[in-house]
Parts: sequence; C-alpha cells; structure tokens
Amino acid sequence: MAKIVAGIACSHVPAIGVAIDKGMTHTDYWQPLFKGYPAAREWLAKLAPDVAIIVYNDHASAFSLELIPTFLIGVADRFPIADEGFGPRPVPAVKGHPGLAWHLAESLILDEFDMTIANEMPVDHGLTVPLSITCGQPDAWPFPVIPLCVNVVQYPPPTGARCHKLGAAIRRAVASFDQDLRVVIYGTGGMSHQLQGERAGLINRRFDTAFLDGLTRDPLALTKITHTEYMREAGSEGVEMVMWHVMRGALDDEVAEVYRHYHVPASNTAVGLMILENRSSA
Amino acid sequence: MTETRDYDSIPGTYVYDARRARIGYALNMFCMSLNKPENRRRFKENEAEYLDGYALTPEQRRTVLERDWLGMLKVGGNIYYTIKIAFCDGLTFQDVAGKMSGVPKEVYAKMMLDGGRSPDGNRYKRTTGEQQRG
Repeated sequence: MAKIVAGIACSHVPAIGVAIDKGMTHTDYWQPLFKGYPAAREWLAKLAPDVAIIVYNDHASAFSLELIPTFLIGVADRFPIADEGFGPRPVPAVKGHPGLAWHLAESLILDEFDMTIANEMPVDHGLTVPLSITCGQPDAWPFPVIPLCVNVVQYPPPTGARCHKLGAAIRRAVASFDQDLRVVIYGTGGMSHQLQGERAGLINRRFDTAFLDGLTRDPLALTKITHTEYMREAGSEGVEMVMWHVMRGALDDEVAEVYRHYHVPASNTAVGLMILENRSSA
Repeated sequence: MTETRDYDSIPGTYVYDARRARIGYALNMFCMSLNKPENRRRFKENEAEYLDGYALTPEQRRTVLERDWLGMLKVGGNIYYTIKIAFCDGLTFQDVAGKMSGVPKEVYAKMMLDGGRSPDGNRYKRTTGEQQRG
C-alpha cells in the first residue's frame, strides 16, 4: 500500500529560483536564506521518497483568466518548464506519476472533490522553486512529481478548511493505492507577503511564527483563518498559505516537526521551510 | 463597484475579485500574451500597435504605455499578470513594488532588509487616513 510519510511546507518565491539559476546563493544577501537549506536537502535525500505530490499555484503560466480551476491535478508523464515572461528556468523537466495521479483523480472525485484533470501542462516557479530548494541542482529530479494546483490568483481561493479536507481526502486516496510507495507531500507558497499596491512589502513575523507553531499542534484552529484575515495580517499574497493546509490535512493528526527555517526577506517575501513527519512513520 | 467587501478596509490593497475581473479581463489577457517570446519582441517593437490587438479602455492603455503600475491595478490589472510587462522591461518584482508604494528603490530595499513593512498601523484604512471605498 502507498503511504504519505512526510510533509514539507515551503515558500516558492521566484527570486529564490533566480538566485539559484544565476549562482548567487553565496552572496551577502542570499547566504542567510540558503544556509538553512542543506539540512532539509540531506533529510529528503535520506528519506528518498518514491513520489512527491506538490501543492502549488500556477501564476498566469499554464492557465490564464480564460479558465480558472480551483483544484487541479496533473496526470501527465512529463511536465515541461513554463516561460513565465522571461524564458523558462534552466531546470530539468518534471517527470510525472500517471499511475498514482489517475488513482488520485478518480478517488478524489468520487470522494466529492471535483478535481480538474490536466493531461498537458507546463509548470512554473510555484512548483520548481520548492524542488530546487529541497533537491538542489541535479540533472534530473530525484523522484516523479504529481502537480496539484490551487487557485489563489482570482479571488476567492478555496478556504483553508476546504484545503485541509482535500488533504485528508488525498491521504485516504494514497492509502488505497495498491503499490508500495512512500509519498511526500509539499504545501508551497507564503509566508507573509504583499506584492501589490501602496502596502507592498508587508511582512508579519508574529503571524508567520504562530502559523508555523500551530501547523504542527493545532492545524484545525488555523483552518478558521478567513481570507480577509490572511490579507490583513499576512499581506494580500499571504493568502497562499491556504495551500499549506492541503499538505497538513494529508498528514496524520499527530506529527513531529523535524526541521524549521524562517528568513526575511527574499525579495518582497518572508520565507518559511518546515518539515513534518507522521509519527507513525518516524 | 458599489458593493463593499470586508477586505475593502485594508489600505493600499487591490484584491482581484469579481468586481475587478469584470473590468480587467482584456488588460490581463494582453499581459498573458507576453509569455511568448515572439509576442514580447512584437510588443517591444511597437507597443501602441501591439495594444491595438486588445480591447483595452483608453485609461488601461495609458497605464500600460506610461508604466503606471499602481494605476494598472485600479483599472483591473492583476499583479501576477501586469508583472509580465515589468519582466519585458527587465524589472523585478521588487522594483515594481517600490514604484507602487511610492518610494525610491533603495528605500524600499532597505525597508525589506529591515524586516518589511509592519502590519501595525497598516491594517485598516482609517489608521492611514485613506477613505473607505463605498
């Protein structure tokens, strides 16, 4: 049987990808952020998962305003790297896992989560930056990936509570897959940031710290945070943190925090990285 | 945009909701076209002519041609879309954020290095003197 063994919460700031791609990670500006990544890479290399589900949002790359899927799952065997307006990132294309992805699509829909299914889709920094952060710069990514997109670009995104429930449905679906696979799930985006308007640059370290603490101990309390509260307290783009709830909902009720790194700033954003292991697989 | 929402009380913030989506579609779809290198080249060659291919209002057109980043948001621009114009110009998210908040690039960069803009005093319009949209 397949099993989710761990979750990774990870910001996906595009500038982090640029810093990696241009070899700037050792500069005075970037070093304080990047010094927090090797430990996570070592943990993940040791875990050596068979497949990763990456929950992220597309940023006007694969999808425009023409079609706006609230929840979408990618079932392809390969996902090319998107041109987001400045050329594709120089990173390997992403290998999919159609077997588990189609099982998830069918199971989730029958479990009353009406997923959009994508057979062809380029992936953008929302998915590739967390891969770069946790895997470095390999010639090929070390595991196949199932992209799971959540709309956060057109208001309203799904609620935190709905995202948590989707995560729980993903946990059930993975558990009913008949191959022995060890699965890791990423929740990406955040933490506090605002990219737009006169209020751009908003950062709320206190909110972020409480969110990181609560995600392990009492995630259901965090699912009650409204979109307006995210936007007011953590910046208009801080609402991306609903995607972390999908990851958390896919884990056991009892988890152990095994790693945390937090840094301000990466460009306009507060960056968080946290690893949670299911107690049952620790 | 007469209907009010509870997040309208947040200062300096332009939530891309149904009200903005209904006026911003053409503007944002123009921005989306810049994902293609050929379109970026054509836009840079003759911006006015390229914009003729999209049903922008005169004010939307002005904000693009004048790179009025804040103005674009007020006429239905979505930051994830309008940023593609900035990428065409060789600007970064931080460059544009500085321009939207009305401070020089160096001042904005220093604010971020010092921990970012505090939420204190920036949660509600009444504390920054802005009028609530009605």
